[in-house]
Amino acid sequence: MTAYDRKAPEVPDDVEAGDAVHPGRPVIVDRYTVAARINHWITAISLVLLALSGLALYTPKLFFLTALFGGGQWTRAIHPWIGVVLFFSFMILFIRFFRANLPAREDVTWVAHSGDLLAGHEEKMPEVGKYNAGQKGVFWSMSGLIVILILSGVVMWDQYFFPYTTIEQKRIAILVHSITAVVIICVWIIHVYAAIWVKGTIGAMTRGSVTGGWAWRHHRKWLRELVGRRARGPRAPAE
Amino acid sequence: MFPPIPNPSVDPAAAKPRFGEKDIMRRSASEVTPPAERLTEVAKLIDISKCIGCKACQSACLEWNQLHEEIGFNHGVYTNPMDLTANTFTLMRFTEWVNPQTDNLEWLIRKDGCMHCEDPGCLKACPSPGAIVQYSNGIVDFIHENCIGCGYCIKGCPFDIPRMSKADNTVYKCTLCSDRVAVGQGPACQKACPTQAIVFGTKAEMKDWADFRIKDLKTRGFDNAGLYDPQGVGGTHVMYVLPHADQPSIYANLPDDPHISPIVQAWKGATKYVGLAVMGFAAAAGLLHYVVAGPNKVTEEDEENAERLTEGRTAPPPSPPSEPPSRGRTP
Repeated sequence: MTAYDRKAPEVPDDVEAGDAVHPGRPVIVDRYTVAARINHWITAISLVLLALSGLALYTPKLFFLTALFGGGQWTRAIHPWIGVVLFFSFMILFIRFFRANLPAREDVTWVAHSGDLLAGHEEKMPEVGKYNAGQKGVFWSMSGLIVILILSGVVMWDQYFFPYTTIEQKRIAILVHSITAVVIICVWIIHVYAAIWVKGTIGAMTRGSVTGGWAWRHHRKWLRELVGRRARGPRAPAE
Repeated sequence: MFPPIPNPSVDPAAAKPRFGEKDIMRRSASEVTPPAERLTEVAKLIDISKCIGCKACQSACLEWNQLHEEIGFNHGVYTNPMDLTANTFTLMRFTEWVNPQTDNLEWLIRKDGCMHCEDPGCLKACPSPGAIVQYSNGIVDFIHENCIGCGYCIKGCPFDIPRMSKADNTVYKCTLCSDRVAVGQGPACQKACPTQAIVFGTKAEMKDWADFRIKDLKTRGFDNAGLYDPQGVGGTHVMYVLPHADQPSIYANLPDDPHISPIVQAWKGATKYVGLAVMGFAAAAGLLHYVVAGPNKVTEEDEENAERLTEGRTAPPPSPPSEPPSRGRTP
């Protein structure tokens, strides 16, 4: 056991329920529980459906996308309800993941060196926990943007909430909703690109695990914490 | 008296619509080539000074359009229902106003309804192709089979006119009786008006008639009498003769200077193009980065290091980045 491990708190913030390391060749590291994965994919599917149905009404050039939802009336009717599903699904996801996404000291260094990461010099990056500063950025951006989207969305949901706001407030809401939607789609593009670019990542959200090498390369601090916990004896993860 | 529009001919040929698809000048969420030749612009002129508040227009509108308003409540005012609805396309709004100059009580009665703007905010806001059209004679019409019930037109309208129907989730408003106008008739409200407070004809005729009426009103002491044909929306195809044209808002909040809200302009203009560009740029940047930098792959060495770490063998110390690795968390 290294000095590093002794200094670490009993259960570091970034070690989540179900995280565990299994020695072998290769080492397998459990990263997401089944519940977390189901929660993630409900959120993900909702977000994609919302983007498609929202973009259909965002510009006439993409109105043809309404065909995916059974026409314009159906698209209009279903979009807000998918939004409600996303909001609650993400809320559970937020409770699940927020502790591991709290800011850490190495985040500053990580951001300062993010250019090196993109240039392929990952060895220059600081060791990070379960999430690096970029992932944390995606997490907190999504959280904030989803709150803005649900609030502005309710204001423009005429079928149920028309009498509660003025026309002028609805105009502002709709402008805010469309700008926020553009931003969240960009955050989503970053999120998906990162998962594609960093090989071995997608398995974390499908099978639930990554290889030890992946954890060593990208989340070494987290790996050390998991190995340290294992060395101290198996302990049921704090739920 | 303005010469009344003759009754329709019984000749079957006269029933052929005089305008239709080929005369569409603007179509929501679509690019259309405007017809080479524009139809004569029509207009309805509502002369507030001649209105006696009988609501014959309101009844005629319900009757012609086969609408049924719910039985409402008496709120102690003549206005009934209290607001436009998906069934009430036109509504007499009654205002009791004390003229500060004369200290006289004036009963202001305005027939509210769609103004048929030359630059329609509803059409600009509409995301559904062909749900709102503007014919070259100036009539703005909602095509209900294309309406998706999003209510964007309600936000686009500078006059707060369109109303969502709870029955079919589409939006309704005055059609200027486009079906009647198409066969050479005037709107039902105009036909029913007993005092010619509502007249219908070409826009030029209506302006001339309004001039005549305004001159008459001025001789009767209404120095500020004038025509309400707001230029902020390019003029309208429903116009008012207002005895107090210097302050339209006394007539049940008729906008003094209506125009399409800048928020709606920003939403339907810059936001759309900038938004698409930003999303496209984000996707292109990702693709370009992948092509140039290549995928970020886990190496054999990484796997070996992880194996050494888990087996408790000496693993390389924390990699030295340009700054010392931090181990703690911010408090």
